[in-house]
Amino acid sequence: MTIRELVKKMDLQVFSGENGLDREIEGGYVSDLLSDVMGFSQEGEVWVTLQTHKNIMAVASLKDLAAIVLVKGLKPDEDAMEVSNEEEIPILGTDKSCFEFTGLLWSLIK
Amino acid sequence: MELVYKVEGGDFNKAGHASSQIKRVLKQLGVPPVIIKRVVVALYEAEVNIVAHAWRGVITAGIDESGIRVVLDDEGPGIPNIEKAMEKGYSTASQEVRDMGFGAGMGLPNIRSNVDDFKISSEVNKGTVLDFFIKF
Ligand SMILES: Nc1ncnc2c1ncn2[C@@H]1O[C@H](COP(=O)(O)OP(=O)(O)O)[C@@H](O)[C@H]1O
Ligand SMILES: [Mg+2]
Repeated sequence: MTIRELVKKMDLQVFSGENGLDREIEGGYVSDLLSDVMGFSQEGEVWVTLQTHKNIMAVASLKDLAAIVLVKGLKPDEDAMEVSNEEEIPILGTDKSCFEFTGLLWSLIK
Repeated sequence: MELVYKVEGGDFNKAGHASSQIKRVLKQLGVPPVIIKRVVVALYEAEVNIVAHAWRGVITAGIDESGIRVVLDDEGPGIPNIEKAMEKGYSTASQEVRDMGFGAGMGLPNIRSNVDDFKISSEVNKGTVLDFFIKF
């Protein structure tokens, strides 16, 4: 499934990085610890988090992640969106809790 | 080839800049993706350690056919007990830094597990030198 299809299926908000919407989803990773994501996420995964600052984009770009999803209605910082646009890695948003969103994501891409 | 970057302590806005520049060069050189992935993990964690824990530092990356050697030389508080610092979960990061998702105490262990050669030396109130090598 592509990020674009996920956005449609789960009614996600696209904050930035529209040019990366056709990235293919290889899996998911859920963590708010940057070192955990850095060490153990895999290329092409969707990263679910509540961190909203610019450093999430450094991690996403270094790890070649497919997209970041912010849960609980959180919004990314302005400078995070700028990097997301440059790197063409989308930052998406949902009002759902991390638990609920991840459960649905799992059932869609497992 | 030698690449040199300056890193400022406390400047989280630029954290990861040197790592992404070096990643770009390795890609251009055609280094295998599995190796680039290991370099990136070690490099980013070591770069962030200067930002999070030191005052300022210099990253020097030497690249040839055999591999990449990265030396991160910083001025800072140093590490009083390196053995303890190497333990998973050990961190002296401030609450503010932890709230950003740093300070999990996984940096040094993750560096060590991704490199082929690893050296660290430190002097309290002077600084730390981290030196690692990854074979191509
Ligand atoms: N360059 C450095 N200068 C001073 N202290 C450091 C440096 N790198 C690591 N440390 C010390 O080692 C600890 C463990 O580092 P690390 O495993 O990267 O975890 P974290 O950075 O999440 O705290 C740090 O909390 C800090 O006390
Ligand atoms: Mg660290």
